[in-house]
Amino acid sequence: MAGTGMNPIEADSGKLLEAVRALLGAKGIVTAPEIAERIALTDAANPGQGARMVAKAWLDPAYRALMLGDGTAAAEALGIFMRGAPPLGVLENTAEMHHLVVCTLCSCYPRAVLGYPPFWFKSAAYRARAVRDPRGLIAEWGTVLPADVKVRVVDSTADYRWMVLPLRPAGTERWDAARLAGIVREGDMIGVTVPKAT
Amino acid sequence: MALPLAPGAPVRVRLDWPEARGPAHIRTPHYVRGRQGTIVRHLGDFPNPEDLAFARPAAKLPLYHVRFDQPAIWHEGAGGDELLVEIFGSWLEPA
Repeated sequence: MAGTGMNPIEADSGKLLEAVRALLGAKGIVTAPEIAERIALTDAANPGQGARMVAKAWLDPAYRALMLGDGTAAAEALGIFMRGAPPLGVLENTAEMHHLVVCTLCSCYPRAVLGYPPFWFKSAAYRARAVRDPRGLIAEWGTVLPADVKVRVVDSTADYRWMVLPLRPAGTERWDAARLAGIVREGDMIGVTVPKAT
Repeated sequence: MALPLAPGAPVRVRLDWPEARGPAHIRTPHYVRGRQGTIVRHLGDFPNPEDLAFARPAAKLPLYHVRFDQPAIWHEGAGGDELLVEIFGSWLEPA
């Protein structure tokens, strides 16, 4: 930055962003409309997208198989925009195994299907405790697993992003996809909670 | 490690630290460094983060899901619980 008179650490972040955007445009790397489109896509992603996938997997065995084999393809099959997103892996909860997702190194999160991560997902406390005391941690969300259900903590340290396919709760047998999707929360797809028929 | 690792293969995470070998980007969580785990599956090949971090040309390396026994790592917890971590083959050695 010698000669520019700007110290990036002390610079006003709004001005810095404006300068970087102008440079990206001037150098022909990315246009303003492309940036606006990406911001809109990022803002549009929310846990309702992942919930739609879960609900469809509960109702449609072929979709469930696709989702467990290739999460990205399953998301795209529901019209979710995945281009440029890291590959999506899906972790299937069963009567024997419960999954909990964490990123101990930073804050990797399947944003394309769950949106922005909840604030606690990025906290040092969550990241430290998820791998060391997962049962104690999720108990604070009111999630107490039977002793014969194993816990598998998935530490998201590299190129994949992971979401949990929770167990379909009892009492939802005649529900349609929209009603099922309505009970699936972001915590259920991280693994700190499990969906309940409400 | 150039060899493809098969599911079930016992591996150890290299006891590798930037403090020991100089500037490096090592994406293995500290709690599994030097610890033994088991290959679950090959997740695909991805550019080497050690090179990406320094803007060097990055060859693709195999990425694995490696399972660790959770109570053995932390000396507490419930028997049968496990940790599943994404680790590049270059950070693993045979155990």
